[in-house]
Parts: sequence; structure tokens; C-alpha cells
Amino acid sequence: MSDTSSTNNKTEHRDSALVRFLRATEVDTRMLGMVGALVLIWVGFHYYGQIFNGFGAFLTPRNLWNLSVQTSSIAVMATGMVLVIVTRHIDLSAGSLLGVTAMIMGVVQVWVLPQYLGLEHPMIWVITVIVGILFGAMIGAFHGFLIAYLGIPAFIVTLGGLLIWRGSAWWVARGETIAPVDSTFALIGGGPYGTIGATGSWIVGILGCIGIVALLISGRRQRIRFQFPLRPIWAEWLIGVVGSGLVIGTVLVMNAYPWPKGIIKRYAAANNLEIPEGGIFISHGFAIPVLIAIAVGIFMTFLTTRTRFGRYVFAIGGNPEAAELAGINTKRMTMLIFALMGALVGISAVIASARLNSATNALGQLDELYVIAAAVIGGTSFAGGIGTIYGAMLGALVMQSLQSGMVLVGFDSAVQQIVVGCVLVLAVWLDTLYRKRSV
Amino acid sequence: MTSTYASANSDKPLVTMRDISIAFGGIKAVDHASVDLYPGEVVGLLGHNGAGKSTLIKILSGAYLRDTGEIHVSGELAQIANPRDAKTYGIETIYQTLALADNLDAAANLFLGRELRTRWGTLDDSAMESEARKVMGRLNPRFEKFKDPVKALSGGQRQSVAIARAILFNARILIMDEPTAALGPEETAQVADLILQLKKDGIGIFLISHDIEDVFELADRVTVMKNGRIVGTAKTADVSKDEVLGMIIAGKCPKGATAGPGAVEI
Ligand SMILES: Nc1ncnc2c1ncn2[C@@H]1O[C@H](COP(=O)(O)OP(=O)(O)O)[C@@H](O)[C@H]1O
Ligand SMILES: [Mg+2]
Repeated sequence: MSDTSSTNNKTEHRDSALVRFLRATEVDTRMLGMVGALVLIWVGFHYYGQIFNGFGAFLTPRNLWNLSVQTSSIAVMATGMVLVIVTRHIDLSAGSLLGVTAMIMGVVQVWVLPQYLGLEHPMIWVITVIVGILFGAMIGAFHGFLIAYLGIPAFIVTLGGLLIWRGSAWWVARGETIAPVDSTFALIGGGPYGTIGATGSWIVGILGCIGIVALLISGRRQRIRFQFPLRPIWAEWLIGVVGSGLVIGTVLVMNAYPWPKGIIKRYAAANNLEIPEGGIFISHGFAIPVLIAIAVGIFMTFLTTRTRFGRYVFAIGGNPEAAELAGINTKRMTMLIFALMGALVGISAVIASARLNSATNALGQLDELYVIAAAVIGGTSFAGGIGTIYGAMLGALVMQSLQSGMVLVGFDSAVQQIVVGCVLVLAVWLDTLYRKRSV
Repeated sequence: MTSTYASANSDKPLVTMRDISIAFGGIKAVDHASVDLYPGEVVGLLGHNGAGKSTLIKILSGAYLRDTGEIHVSGELAQIANPRDAKTYGIETIYQTLALADNLDAAANLFLGRELRTRWGTLDDSAMESEARKVMGRLNPRFEKFKDPVKALSGGQRQSVAIARAILFNARILIMDEPTAALGPEETAQVADLILQLKKDGIGIFLISHDIEDVFELADRVTVMKNGRIVGTAKTADVSKDEVLGMIIAGKCPKGATAGPGAVEI
């Protein structure tokens, strides 16, 4: 990248165009690999469907929109799992904690709050969400306390948590399913009404493009200020154009998926609208859970790369003893990391139960495995100290793409499990090879 | 720097460690040891592997909590319970293991625990890198790998990073545990120059080294440890290298030295 030593200059002449391209754009090769894998999965399932089932259903706005909603809950938790694994811990309790948190939120919004506020009171969803996130954070902090201050390994604490919280999820309502949830709360799960429509999506998309350009410009200014090596101008443009293109492409896809006819009819009836002859095209646009996941992703990226907290997370992961000697309170950090993980599980519990429009004690079962897999496929290393938020979110998308793809082309669930397991092992093996070569 | 402060008080010790003991399980790693250090002075700590040198200085740097004993800094009783406490007294340490986070780059390691921040409270990586370039330029002018994680650096480069970190924050008391172990002759000479320069600034330095030649060249006094106990302390001018070797190997305290509890009875 910025090496100017003589040995590097010599090798530069021999480097291929690709290597020079990657160096100029400073694009992370493993991210390119993941995007490549994702494209392969998408195109693969599409054409598999086309060839064997007569229709390719994967690369349709409807499927891609569903995929985005299904990925949200796992993606949110995966961002927290990155911090947990980077600091050489593990959290096996995420799925169970999601279950019990969803149950508690169900009780709060369906059984408790309506008694005091009345059904469908506008504050119900707000209080419920706060209760869920706080409860998750508290349990997470408790896990962290046991791990950091009592010295119990995270594997054991959260393995215990896996059982305890799943049991508690049943206990909260004695196994009853709590439904339906508050109607505003349900919007957080997506569904036709839980979207922001075409115009809203365009606004989000344009803000995204502005954000990309602003980051590029401020990054370049900063480098000039300190006289650090700059990316060539063409590379800046390329990144800006490709990034904005991806954002706009996503908006187009999300907007290309219309509301189903039945919903439109009901909506028209409720709002006294007349449906014109050819029917009307009402776009879904981005679903609310997707926007939540994106916001969480941005926040967590900021936290890990721009704040002390994030710096300490990686320092602890790289060398816990060095972090301690540098004066970092590693115990407190561990507790905070698990509390943050718990809060994110709380957010995912909101998304998952809102999407289901109910709380059941089995909600989130096996989620911990998908979350861990997403983080690891996304390049988080169990050796500690290495991992990225965007990697984990892409990892979640890869996992969910595999899962939905297999459902779509009609693989049965036994095959699905086998494939997901194989992919996980394969991905980690490839990652090991990649790391050996690059350092 | 603190040179005015130091020279004005050069008759008063900067650090005194009195009667320090620590045991790991049954092993008395440090056993009733006392050492002191004056401003602008280099004290060499010598002894075989396992003598307790690293453990003794880790108590001063806050890495270990002592079982017994007192630490005074500039004459006042110091409360050192963790590395943060030690740093507030101006005690900086270059650990034998270097204590670097291998996955972070040089600047992140230099500022670990004391990051520079922008006015919004976020990390100011550019400013840290810029400072890192300055201090590394002083130690290792050819160092260029500022974007790489330190695990990609050579042993000597890693050691320069660890040294740079210790001198970056205007230490008053510097602990150097085998600072030149991974360095070539040229870099070792640079560190020797640096030590003399810091000494002039009135900084007190504990220098631990396996190389008795090095220590004799740089240290004003030597303290020898054996089996966790102090054999004795002497001005380098008052003892010969052979006598010091006798202290290290046999625990024999020569005439020119003040005997400690670890000296063998003759
Ligand atoms: N953290 C620890 N746990 C257990 N024993 C230790 C620890 N640190 C040092 N020791 C023991 O204390 C003794 C002194 O070690 P050390 O201070 O590293 O010696 P030196 O630096 O003089 O070579 C050795 O016997 C060593 O095994
Ligand atoms: Mg040692």
C-alpha cells in the first residue's frame, strides 16, 4: 500500500495488473472473495432452478427482498459476535437469549401494558423495545461478569446460558404462544406495511451515495493534511461510482417488488382509494428490519474502527497481556462487550418476534450457530484480534442466501443442514489458506 | 521533560522499593528485595535467568501486585496496583516480551491506552501516525512500515516500537527489560545513545540485561539478584567485572559493594 522501501519498488514492476489494481484501490481481497462467493451462490441457485425446476426464482425482486428481511436478525447479532470472537470468547447463548427476550417482550406488550395504557397505545411498542434491549443487555452483562470477574470460560457460561434461557423462555408463559403483538411493533418485522416505499427508499439510497462520497473526500483530505500516500484519482472515482452504483441498484431491486394484489385491495378499501384498471404498483422498498440492520452495521463499524472501545477490543484480541499492561481494564471491557452482544440480541429479538407477529418459546433456536458461522465466514478469526463488521454482515447474507436458495430449489432440510455445515468448514479452511499466504 | 525537577532533587531518590516480596504458588520469585534509583541515573539489574529481575520490575510497573513491601516515588509512598497507576507516576516500561498487540500497527501500539482523539472523541489515527513517524524516526530512521500490523515487522523493528512507546510520554522513570535482546549491533548502539540522552534529561533508568559489558558501559550502579534475593549493589566504578560475575554466579559480595540478603556468608 504505502510502502516506499526499495525492495517493494522492485517487486512492483513484476506485479500483475490485478495486484496493482488492488493496491491502488486498497480493496480488501477477502471481501472481493466473499462478494464473488455471493454472486456465485445467487447465480448458481437461479440457474439451478431454471434448469431443473423450469424457473429461476432466486434473482427476482421478490426473493431478494425476502432475503434482505430474513438476513437482518442474524446480521445484527453477527456484528456483536465479531467483538466476542475477536476477544477470544464465544457466545453460544444468543439464540436462547433471543427466545426469552422475545417472550418477555410478548408478555409486556400483550399482557401487561394494555392493562395500564389500553390496547394499541402508541407508547406500547416503544416501552416494549426498550425493555427488550435492556433485558438483553443486562443478561449479556451478567454473562460478561461471570466470564471476566469470576474467570469462568465463556464457552461454559454461555453453554449454560443456552440451556437456562431456552428453559426460561418456556417458563415465562408456560410454553404459551403470545400473539398477536402490538400492530406498530409488528411493523419492525417488515411485511408489506413495514416498509418505507419507493420514495423513502430513494431518499435512503441518495443519502447512502452522499455518505460514500463524503467519506472518500474526507479520507483524502485527511491524508493530504498529514502528507500520507494518496490513492490515485481514478481509484477514488472508481470506488465512488461502484459504491453508489451498488446502493442505487439495491434501491431499484427493493422498489421493483410490488405489494401483492390482496394487500393493495385491503389497503385501498381501508383508505377509500379507487384502484385503476391495470391495478396499481405500490413498491415495498426497504423493509424496516433491513434499515435497522444497516444502521446497526454503521454504528458497529464506527464503534470498532473509530473509537477507543473498538481499538481496545482488537488490542485485547491480539494480545490480552499487552492490553492489560497498556492500562486497559480488560475485565470491564469483557463485561461491556457481552452487554453489547446482549443488547444486539435484544434488537434481533424485536425483529424476529415482530416478523412472526408473535412470541414463541422456540424463537431463535439454532440462531447462535448461524450467527457464529456468519462471523467466521466473514473473516473473524478464532485466534483473536481479527474480524470486521461488514465481513460478518456479508457472512450473514451468504449463510441466508444458501439457506433460502436451497429452500427455493426444493432441497429438503436434511440436505440443507449438511450443505451449511460443509460450507462453514470449507470457508474456514479457505480463510486459513488465505491468511497463511498473506502474512 | 522533567529535567529541572530531577536535577534539583538529585540527592533524593526517584524510586525506592523497600522489602518487596512476591510468591507464585510456592516459588518466592522476589524475596525481600530493596532497590533504589536516582534521577539521571542508570541502575543495571543483573542475575541469571529466573533470578527474579523481570518480576521485581513488573511490581514497579504495576503488572504484578506485591505481597509485601513499599514503593516510594520522589519520596512519597506510591499506590501502584495496576499499570495505569504506574503510568500516572511517570513510570514507563519496555517489557522483555515487548507486550505489543501483534494485530495492530505501530501507531496503534505506541498510543495503546492513551489514544489521541479528535474533538469529537473519535480516534485520531492520522495524528497518531504522524507522531509515530516522528518518534520512530529518532530511533530507527529507516522504519517505513506504518500501515502493517506489527507481526509483519522484524524482531528489531518490533523492539524499536516497544522502546518508542516508552519514551513517547515523557517518562521520569524508565524500565528497560532486555531492551536490546533482538537488536543488531548498529541498533544496539542507537539504544545506548538514547539511554545516555535520556539520562541527561534527568530520567532514571532501570536497565536489565544479560550482557554484563553493556551494563558496565551504561550503568552508574549495578544490583545483582540471585534466587529472588538481592546479592548486593555497587557503583560500577568500585567493582570489577569479575567481581560482579562472582556476585551473579556464586552470590559472593565483594568489598566495593553493599551486601543484600542474598549474599552468601563467608
Ligand atoms: N506469572 C508467573 N507465574 C508463576 N511463576 C512466575 C511468574 N513470573 C515469574 N515466575 C517465576 O519467578 C521466577 C523469576 O522469574 P523472572 O522474574 O522472569 O526472572 P528473570 O527475569 O530474572 O529471568 C522464576 O522462577 C519464574 O519461573
Ligand atoms: Mg526476565
